[in-house]
Amino acid sequence: MVHWTDAEREAINTFWAKIDHEEVGHQALTRVLVVYPWTQRYFSTFGNLSNATAIAGNPKVRAHGKRVLDALGDAITHLDNVNATYAKLSQLHSEKLHVDPENFRLLGETLIIVLAGHFGAAFTPAIQATWQKFLAVVIAALSKQYH
Amino acid sequence: MYSATEKALIASIWEKVTPHTEQWGGEALERLFAVFPQTKIYFKHVDTSPGSAAIRTHGDKVMKAIGSTAGDLDNMLTTLSSLSNLHAYNLMVDPVNFKLLSHCILVVLANHLPSEFTPEAHLAFDKFLASVAAILSQKYR
Repeated sequence: MVHWTDAEREAINTFWAKIDHEEVGHQALTRVLVVYPWTQRYFSTFGNLSNATAIAGNPKVRAHGKRVLDALGDAITHLDNVNATYAKLSQLHSEKLHVDPENFRLLGETLIIVLAGHFGAAFTPAIQATWQKFLAVVIAALSKQYH
Repeated sequence: MYSATEKALIASIWEKVTPHTEQWGGEALERLFAVFPQTKIYFKHVDTSPGSAAIRTHGDKVMKAIGSTAGDLDNMLTTLSSLSNLHAYNLMVDPVNFKLLSHCILVVLANHLPSEFTPEAHLAFDKFLASVAAILSQKYR
């Protein structure tokens, strides 16, 4: 089981309350698709992803970004049992979506960069460390059901 | 390979970094040590506490080297040649750490230049720092 200090729980929940799921999700997913274009392999039904402007303006990208952030909320609500909370989601990514877990890492890093852009000075090294720890737990949980 | 647009993006972002190499370089290292504490093993001889003068000096050195490289993208191998030797034969820093520091540098850029660090700029910089890392580890074996 993951040990969270009070300071870490506070850092995660305080920032989460200020995050616009749609906007942050959209920016994170847009950046993943732009910066790591091979990730587009998972989104062949999304239509036009031909350049950064098309990706940023794509409504399916926006909708999916929000969906991802909403799901992150589940992990935050269940910080003491992320593995169980994400068991079905992990299974889905493995068995139906066939997503290489490396992509969870890419999205995680990108999300950190988006948060850094949004929160400015408030996104201190200590806050960054807490969020990276949280995302590492999320990534481990999402990878857990792969076989 | 960098398109003309990517070269322009890298140049314009770095122009904004130049006045802050010590502060932002120090911050990148501070983030590296906070998020990835194992990286401190390479700095046992140095005061790695937040805001330390030694780290600001070192961060400045790193950012200035990156800046020289960014200023002449067609000659990266030449610009980084002696640093490449240093990392291969003296420092022997495990190359995985270049990725970790690159990530922290991108975080610093996003943090201080939120409107300039667009997805396209992010792409150009991610590519660029990955090239720097590859060249630094090129002579390892």
